[in-house]
Amino acid sequence: MLYAGVSGLRGYRQMRVSARLAIGAAILLALVLVVALISLSLGPVDIPTSHVAAIILSSIGFDVAEFARTEQLVIDQIRLPRIIVGASVGMALGVAGATMQGLFRNPMADPGIIGVSAGGALGAVIAIATGTAALFFLALPVFAFVGAMAAAFLVYGIAAVGGRFSMATLLLAGVAVNAFLGAIVSAIIIVLPDNEALREILFWLAGGLDSRSWEHVRIATPLIVASTAVLLLMSRDLNLLMLGDDEARSMGVRVGATRIVLLAAAALATGAAVAVSGTIAFVGLIIPHTLRLVLGPDNRVLIPLSALAGAVFVILADTVARTIIEPAEFRVGILTAFVGAPFFILLLIKNKRQVYSL
Amino acid sequence: MSKHRPSVSDRNNHAAEQRAGEAWPEDARDLPRQGQAKPDHSPTVEAKALSFSVNAKQLLDSVDLRAESGQFVGLIGPNGAGKTTLLRSISNVLSYDQGSVRLLGEELDKLPARHVAEILALVPQIAPYTQGFTAFELVLMGRYPHMGRFQVEGKEDDGIAERAMRLTETESFATRTLETLSGGERQRVFLARAIAQQPRVLLLDEPTSNLDVLHQLKILTLVRELVDDGLTAVAAIHDLNLAARFCDRLVLLADGEVQTEGVPEDVLTAETIEAVFGVEAAVYREPATGALAISLIAAAESADVEAPVGSEVMEAPSGKPAVAARSEATSGIR
Repeated sequence: MLYAGVSGLRGYRQMRVSARLAIGAAILLALVLVVALISLSLGPVDIPTSHVAAIILSSIGFDVAEFARTEQLVIDQIRLPRIIVGASVGMALGVAGATMQGLFRNPMADPGIIGVSAGGALGAVIAIATGTAALFFLALPVFAFVGAMAAAFLVYGIAAVGGRFSMATLLLAGVAVNAFLGAIVSAIIIVLPDNEALREILFWLAGGLDSRSWEHVRIATPLIVASTAVLLLMSRDLNLLMLGDDEARSMGVRVGATRIVLLAAAALATGAAVAVSGTIAFVGLIIPHTLRLVLGPDNRVLIPLSALAGAVFVILADTVARTIIEPAEFRVGILTAFVGAPFFILLLIKNKRQVYSL
Repeated sequence: MSKHRPSVSDRNNHAAEQRAGEAWPEDARDLPRQGQAKPDHSPTVEAKALSFSVNAKQLLDSVDLRAESGQFVGLIGPNGAGKTTLLRSISNVLSYDQGSVRLLGEELDKLPARHVAEILALVPQIAPYTQGFTAFELVLMGRYPHMGRFQVEGKEDDGIAERAMRLTETESFATRTLETLSGGERQRVFLARAIAQQPRVLLLDEPTSNLDVLHQLKILTLVRELVDDGLTAVAAIHDLNLAARFCDRLVLLADGEVQTEGVPEDVLTAETIEAVFGVEAAVYREPATGALAISLIAAAESADVEAPVGSEVMEAPSGKPAVAARSEATSGIR
């Protein structure tokens, strides 16, 4: 049985890219739907999945079964937008993690660990503290994006040693950037008098999806889908970049421009995710890593499937977070850290030799 | 003129046009033609007066290189002579300071990077990162320059990659990840990728450095066959015997300058080897293969003196006394 499973995986690895992508996407898409359906039915008011399905179908014009009006309100106004925001955030963190691991040629890269999320959070905090976020609705993601982008290029600049990224320098640069940005956020909180803004800011310190609405969907989802599309289109170039700058150049990749676009798109996805959920850690580490074991390193498969798997993971984690100690709510960021931190330590142990070399 | 290579992919029309030998060199592409060479011998690669320096160290000093279709040019010279730098300059990996490179008559600087990769493939000396790709996945990457952004490789590309792996005898480890392969096996996988790229020009940096003797012969024989089919090959080769046996022309580099060039018989003389490499050598015809053979006898006494013997036989094409330059550098090191 086990052998059949293993050789099945090996067979999958040998399939053509298009087949690997189609099979993986079909499985994960089905999983997204199943997990979303279960998540929609769970909560303080349990709604049977048949009703959930009927409500969704009726909202797109098919009346197939009866359901209560209150049930529809709970689904439409509370759970569905929250799940869509969660799915988008998972997607963003999954693709950003996969991209950064490729760009930095380093398995420990993750938007949270190397400080890109912290940059995004700082941007968001500044947008709220200065009142810009209240003025126009894209201010939050734009500020978060600028912060994420600045942090990404800062870490890149610190960690790059002649085109190489030692794991130790990258992680240390991440620690330093995280600490520095965290200090700025703390300083802003201390000097800020406004209580309303303060409560909003505290939201960013531990990531969560509570009371996310359609407005948050509008802020984040289109940006995340767009940056995922860009990353997918550049995934072949990323494959070559993973082999080294010289390799990529000799295969026709314009290394400098490609790297900037990839880093910017990954930072945009991260910034948009942070703008609506704060910093949810470790998703970008766990998802691409686990997938890589099965899919292999080809980013043309890894990036789109990391998007889907990230969505599944965050919806699942959020569902657990909001139902486990009902009626109170856990925050999803706490839950992903519970799973992610041990995972990170395991990876560190596994890669010890690489961490200490160079 | 180059023969039409049998394995031309028709998937990318632009590439196919490029490769359809008839279109070139008559196809002027509105660019001034270099020199007045007869069309049959227009170079596929032509570097002129290439110079490149890093931290005030002159790695290439006004180097000329010319290679035609159906020609196997060997770059020889001691460590640090500039062989790798020259190959990297021609393949767009590094941007040289001065001079020009023409690829199929067009300025390298003005060609889009993707287009260069359709024409030219580089087999690197060492490939530091392999990231868990299998050998087959890596060879398939050779098809990337020929695919549109929205394309993934199809059956035809699989076939081209499989053929390249058969030619390099790497098909037996197609599904293994590169980390699990030996240096020599990896080197052959990278050659397979270059072949799958279906280039007009193949650049090889020490292609045999990690290979056992059997595969040294097999790989160079393979390159030789591809060249006889119309490919242009330029290879940096340390082993003088292999260079003499497989190459049509040799370019001897030292200290970033071309010392001498020509057919192996003219370049590989005992005097030159002693002057440039500092090794006393015997040059003769190997009766078994009929090829020029070099026996390296000992580090030459003269390698230690300021002006090595044989300086009068060496006149670099630039007219500079090559040996003088060389001994100047060596005395600097001592």
